[in-house]
Amino acid sequence: MHIVDGALSNPVVIAGTAMAIGGIAMGLKQLTLERIPATGILSASFFVAALIHVPIGPSSVHLVLNGLAGLILGWAAFPALFVGLLLQTVFFGFGGVTVIGVNLLNIAAPAVLAWLLFGRLVERGTPMSGAIWAGVGGAFSIAATTICVAFSLALTGDEFIPAAKLVLLAHIPVMVIEALLTGAAVYLVRQVRPDLFTAVKGVAP
Amino acid sequence: MSDRLTNPEKTLRIGPMMTMGHIPDLDPRMRIVLAALFAVVVISLSDLIALCLAVLVAVTLLPLSGLPAKRTFKRMAAMDGFIIFTLILLPFSVAGTPMFTFLGFDASWEGLRQAVEIALTANAVILALMCLVGSMEPVTMGHALHALRMPEQLVQLLMFTTRYIETLREEYMRLRAAMKMRGFRPGTNWHTYRSFGYLVGMMLVRALERSERVLGAMKCRGFMGRFVLLEQFRMTDRDWLFAALMTAASVFLLVVQFRHAFA
Repeated sequence: MHIVDGALSNPVVIAGTAMAIGGIAMGLKQLTLERIPATGILSASFFVAALIHVPIGPSSVHLVLNGLAGLILGWAAFPALFVGLLLQTVFFGFGGVTVIGVNLLNIAAPAVLAWLLFGRLVERGTPMSGAIWAGVGGAFSIAATTICVAFSLALTGDEFIPAAKLVLLAHIPVMVIEALLTGAAVYLVRQVRPDLFTAVKGVAP
Repeated sequence: MSDRLTNPEKTLRIGPMMTMGHIPDLDPRMRIVLAALFAVVVISLSDLIALCLAVLVAVTLLPLSGLPAKRTFKRMAAMDGFIIFTLILLPFSVAGTPMFTFLGFDASWEGLRQAVEIALTANAVILALMCLVGSMEPVTMGHALHALRMPEQLVQLLMFTTRYIETLREEYMRLRAAMKMRGFRPGTNWHTYRSFGYLVGMMLVRALERSERVLGAMKCRGFMGRFVLLEQFRMTDRDWLFAALMTAASVFLLVVQFRHAFA
């Protein structure tokens, strides 16, 4: 879902970059010395998890898991996902240089939003109810990311609207899979290490 | 991207490089700045000749960068595969002189032109980025970004992430191997998705445990929140020459773009 260089108009790129920098600054505020190793290693695991291909019918999709990243990292999802995006762009050639801010915003803002909306519900209650809310958060963040991508394209010009609609439609199966996986992952974490949710970002809002 | 998980090849290259290119010898800070400059120049181009020349500049950088040409082009093709659907739709959604009609939809020349512009821009910028910046070690990139005043916490985060991606990928492959040994075969069913979910959850739990051990080890060695960055960057005559050439190429692209305005 990365946008490439040259596709967006300058105002969209500038506004997106400014908001992404704001998000990174918010994330860095909570990153004390003690939390940097955990954030960095979790960021590396999200990078690896995004390489996993999950079968769906005759095809397969790769995971995004930005909802899970938001639920675990809170605002630190911005710097953590930025680092992943930077490595992906520079070493694998995914995305673009001038649009890295917009791409980060489209992935990290839904992650933080999922945490603000569902964080408390995921961390409290029984592991099962936490897992269900995590599934809702996982589907929500993919839907929101897709809408953000569509919105950045639509802001640039009406000619992208058919493409934006197609992107949204194509991601419905991804939403279902992300919901199931995020739910299962949170269920396991709630059973094994419930403190994972507070290791990087403290208690839920 | 799945090939990167089954392939014995490492995800990110860490350690000394065995390359023959000239670009890896140049100042990393300058390479990052030049890649950003080139990107800004190229996205401001709309003239097709100027854009083709920009792609040519990027392709010229490839043999100098020492990157394996085949793999780099494969990665570019992967990016193109990503955007191809958006680009194919453009001729149909941009109004203008009709080119041909497909299933009742008119394709316009203006839309085709816009699609070609985006494709050329995206490829020129990403190829130049991979040649200039992707040809350095991730750790060097961290040091260079630090020298370019990126916030220190962000640099530390980058260092941790690059350091542990390979370790965690190996851990993932061990867990996958263990699943395979127990007869796990992925398919489109609840069992598969739950197992993958547990796999991700287990990776996160292990990541947290690993980070606790790492923090303990750092504390025991008296870590005070600052890494000593050993590399001292210096601009040599060769660096200045390369920077001048790249800047001249960028200015030339702008001249081609605005040649009608000057004439």
